[in-house]
This record gives sequence, structure tokens and C-alpha cells, in this order.
Amino acid sequence: MTTLQDPVIAPDPTIQPATRRFGAGTGSRAVIGFGLAAVALFGLAPVVLGDFRLGLLAKYLCLAIVAVGIGLAWGRGGMLTLGQGVFFGLGGYAMAMHLKLTDAGPGQLPDFMQLYGQLDTLPWWWKPFASPAFALAATVLLPMLVALLLGLLIFRRRVRGAYFAILSQALCAALAIFLIGQQGTTGGTNGLTDIQGFFGYDLNDPLNRRTVYFVVAAALLAVLGIAWQLMRSRYGELLVAVRDGEERVRFLGYDPANVKLVAYVVAAGMAGLAGALFVPAVGIISPAMIGVVPSIEFVIGVAVGGRAGLVGPALGAIAVAWARTALSERLPSAWTYFEGLLFILPVVFLPGGLASLAVLLRRRTAKKEVAA
Amino acid sequence: MTGLTVRDLKVVFDGFVAVGGVDLDVPAGDVRFIIGPNGAGKTTLVDAITGLARATGTVTFDGQELLGRKVHRIARLGVGRTFQNSTVFEELTVLQNLDIAAGWHRGPLTLLRRRTSIPPRVQAALETIRLTAVRDQLAGTLPHGQKQWLEIGMLLVQDAKLFLLDEPVAGMSHEERDATGELLGELSRDHTVVVIEHDMDFLRRFARTVTVMHAGRILSEGTVAEVQADPRVQEVYLGHSVEA
Ligand SMILES: Nc1ncnc2c1ncn2[C@@H]1O[C@H](COP(=O)(O)OP(=O)(O)O)[C@@H](O)[C@H]1O
Ligand SMILES: [Mg+2]
Repeated sequence: MTTLQDPVIAPDPTIQPATRRFGAGTGSRAVIGFGLAAVALFGLAPVVLGDFRLGLLAKYLCLAIVAVGIGLAWGRGGMLTLGQGVFFGLGGYAMAMHLKLTDAGPGQLPDFMQLYGQLDTLPWWWKPFASPAFALAATVLLPMLVALLLGLLIFRRRVRGAYFAILSQALCAALAIFLIGQQGTTGGTNGLTDIQGFFGYDLNDPLNRRTVYFVVAAALLAVLGIAWQLMRSRYGELLVAVRDGEERVRFLGYDPANVKLVAYVVAAGMAGLAGALFVPAVGIISPAMIGVVPSIEFVIGVAVGGRAGLVGPALGAIAVAWARTALSERLPSAWTYFEGLLFILPVVFLPGGLASLAVLLRRRTAKKEVAA
Repeated sequence: MTGLTVRDLKVVFDGFVAVGGVDLDVPAGDVRFIIGPNGAGKTTLVDAITGLARATGTVTFDGQELLGRKVHRIARLGVGRTFQNSTVFEELTVLQNLDIAAGWHRGPLTLLRRRTSIPPRVQAALETIRLTAVRDQLAGTLPHGQKQWLEIGMLLVQDAKLFLLDEPVAGMSHEERDATGELLGELSRDHTVVVIEHDMDFLRRFARTVTVMHAGRILSEGTVAEVQADPRVQEVYLGHSVEA
């Protein structure tokens, strides 16, 4: 063994351990990061933003929660989850059904059922949602269960790449079409609208709407914490290995289907939570918010922000949603084209998203320091 | 019986017979080289043993039948392999590569936590493959030779008992070849090693036994000297390679 030379490789300042490159850094850096985010979300935003803007931000933060899950499943796991609308919708409808039932009062039918007038009793599958505990659990667990069953079918059969993306889109379309077709029991195209109360709090009261914002912000931080732990754990490393060499991982004794399944199910749970919070934040959930187009829009934000990082997806989602509001107020017709560009540009020119700009800049300064 | 036993192994791709009835015995602790011209079916033979290519016949390792099992199940029985083109996880560090290779038996709680220290077997493998100094480098930045050693290190920590190495020294410098050869010798103390190789000089120096494949079949088998003296082998290699 003496001839096996010790490699003489100078340490390269541009190469950082993978954990840092990926932005799920060491403990102290993370604590600082979470602290800053908490200050921005709980201290700064409520002070500088009026009620209307804060309400908009609550909506954007819901989209950011979906994005954190996509970052995990797509950025780290390589699964192009173009169908998160399904899980967002399941969470949203579970929450909205409960809120519609409490709005209507005990024993009463929700307003839209009375309006369409074909029902005199509540459909059986609505009944459990009268229980707040059941409804709350269902917002997260139902999407996770559906993702588990779908994932078992999809990943065991080694469906991946474009086929996985197309299948995800088809599921979104199917759910949206199903909801539209069941107008009497789901509200059809209109969805579940005019949500008035949130667990006893009147959503018409601006103060309560601020509280909803704080709940959403806390949920985003919690979801970021979960993603952070998953990314820095051994599982997170394994997930990257599966993304980059699914077949290779098999020869190490792992079943990659199970590895992917975990990230897929967690991402679905996050989308479900986001859908559930979207309902009190915006007051409505409808098929238009869970179909093919919104599902693509979830992914655009993640691509713009940088899919493989921890905060990139969330920031990208917020930035794109904000740009959408700002632009479509002024130039409604231009937004669609702009959105298309937003998707294509990062994919072609900046696969790491905006987050990779920061890495590039850091590398350039590191190089300059070495040269100096 | 311990070691690798292959009987009447056949692999057919769309009517093309890539491996046509191979019998092979590699006793435990052997360093067996498999040689043969391009397209002889060497890689396909390894693919069949490791569950990647669909095959008929029987393959047993340490008494366990391998055919019909899934790839990851075969790996768990102690069969490890490398690939002609190195397939380390380039976006992960050397240490992360090894840690993953050492981990299929880990439970959910271990997986969901962070690695806080270097597992002893990973540390030992780092030293065996002489990559301790670069353990925090991304595997993608390693030169070719070190990538191949990393692959061998991954088999070590994976606890493979049978190493199937597909052209491990292709593209290596002379020094790297020598070092790899010595590494193989060291491995063979407690592993069974099968090496697919073209390089005759490397073969002469480090093989214990040799199997020659040609057109999906075993042409000859024996010690290096026996195989080199076999006229059928000389014919397949048109004389020059074996004499080189
Ligand atoms: N997946 C495949 N489909 C069809 N033919 C294949 C496949 N893999 C290998 N072959 C063919 O099988 C033969 C043996 O290939 P291989 O085992 O790679 O040879 P070697 O490793 O000895 O150079 C070659 O003719 C090759 O073209
Ligand atoms: Mg080959």
C-alpha cells in the first residue's frame, strides 16, 4: 500500500462542503437565519405593511410553504412535482369544508348546497369534517396519504422524468374536473367561497386577519425547520444521491423508491398545510387554484428562487407571486408571457436559480482574495 | 459452497445472445480476472449476477441464489460492483459518498439525524483508499483514479464480500495502476475479487486466476501462464495482445 500516493491537492477555496453549497448550513448559521426570518415576518412586515398588503403577504407565504416542499422533492429529490395542486387542493378543501359547516351552524347545510337545492341532508363524506380535529388532521394527513398511495404506484414502477411530470399534471386536471362536475356537493367552478369564520374568529375583522397572517408565518417557519433538518440529515444526503444516481443507489442496497417516497409525501403534506391556510387567508378555494396552471406556477417560483436550496424556493415563490400581482394590475395581458419567460430563463441560463447568483458572487470574491 | 458459482447463465437481448451458457466458479478469496475482446459479454455477465440484466440459469453466492432477486436485495447479500464509467455521487463529498454506501441497514431515526462523527468503518476505508486528505471535497472534483478508488472504498464500507470490478484501471496512470493492484491484493485477504480487465500487463502482475470470455462463452480458464499458452486464446487475440 505504500505506493498508493497521498494525493497532493491544494485546497480549492471555491469548493465548499456540500452542506454549505446547498444552503442547509451549520447550526449557528441556521439559528441566525431563522432569527432574521422571524424578525422580518413577525416584527417588520406587520409594522410596515397595511392590512391589505399584509393579507396579500399571507397569501404569498402560503405559496412559499408549497415551494419549500417542492424544493425538497424536486431540488433535492429530482422529482419534478408539477402536480402539487392536488395536495394543495385536498388541504384547502378539507379546511374550507369545515369552515363552511361551522359558518352554516349545527344541523344546517352550507349556503351553496341550499342554493343549488338538490340536497336536504349533508353528503356522508362531508360529515366528519364537522369535527375540527378531524378536519385539521385531514388537511395534512389526507394529502400525505394520497401521496403515499400514488408514490407507491409511481416510484415502484420507476416512472420518472417527463413521465412523472405529465402524470402529476394529469392528476391535477382530473381533480379539478371532478370538483367542477360535482357542483351540488363541492361548489363546482365557484369552489367554496365566502368563508366568514376561522375557528370562532370573524374573518371580516382586520385584527383577526392579522392573526391569520401570523399563523401562516409561523407555519412557514415550521416548514422551513422541517426541511432544514431533512436536508442536513443523512436522509438528505441520500436523497441527493438518489437524485443524481438512482440506479447506483440500488447497488448500495437501498430501494430508491422508498427514499423518494418520503420526500414526495412530506412535500404533499406541506402543500396540504398551505392549502388549508390559504382558505382563511384568502377566503376561498376553487378548482382554478389547484389545476394545471397553478401547479405549474408553484414550480416557477421554485425555479426562479433556486430549487436545491432551503430558502431559495420560498423566496422565489414570494417574489413571483408579488411580481404577478404588481404586473397584472398594470399590464394584465403581459403577465402570461412574462411568466413563461420566468420559467424558461432560469432553466436555460441559471439552473440554480437566483440563489446560485449568490454562490457565483461568493466564488468571484474568493478568487479575487486568492489572487490578491 | 462458499464463493461465486454460476451455472448455465444465459442473457438474451432481443434475440441477441450476449451471454450464452456460462459456467464459472470463483472460490472465496480468489482474485479472478475476466478478460476478452470488446463485446465478449463480460459486463453483461456482471450485470446478470447483480440483477441488472435479466438472465436464466443459476448464480449462487455463499449458498444463496441471486437470480430473480432485486438489485438492492442482491447488494444486501454482500455482492458489490463498480461500473466501467465511475458513478460516484459527484455533488456529494467523498465522506458523504462513503457514509451513504455504509448505510442501507440504518433505521429511520438514524437517517433523520445528522451525521455527527465519522463511522469507524468509513474512517478505515478512507485510509485504505488514501482519500482522508480529500474527504470533504466534492467527489466530482476528484481525478479519475481517485474516483475509482472511492468506488472501491464504497464497496468496502458497504460490507461487500464479493467485489465485481468492471475495468477499474482503465484510464489510470502507471502509478495509479500499481497502487490499485496492491489495493486488490490487500482486499483479497478477506474478500472475493473479480476484475474485468483489458490490460495484459496489469493482469500478469496481479491476477491469481484468469477466465477468458469470447462471444458470450468461456473460452479458457486457469493461471495466467496456462491461459497465455492456450492456442484458442491466442487466436482470439490474434496473437498480439496476449504477447504484448
Ligand atoms: N442492454 C443491451 N441491449 C442490447 N444489447 C446489449 C445490451 N448490453 C450489451 N449488449 C450487447 O451485448 C454484447 C456484450 O456486451 P458487454 O457485456 O458490454 O461486452 P464487454 O463488457 O465484454 O465488452 C455486446 O454485443 C453488446 O452490444
Ligand atoms: Mg464491458
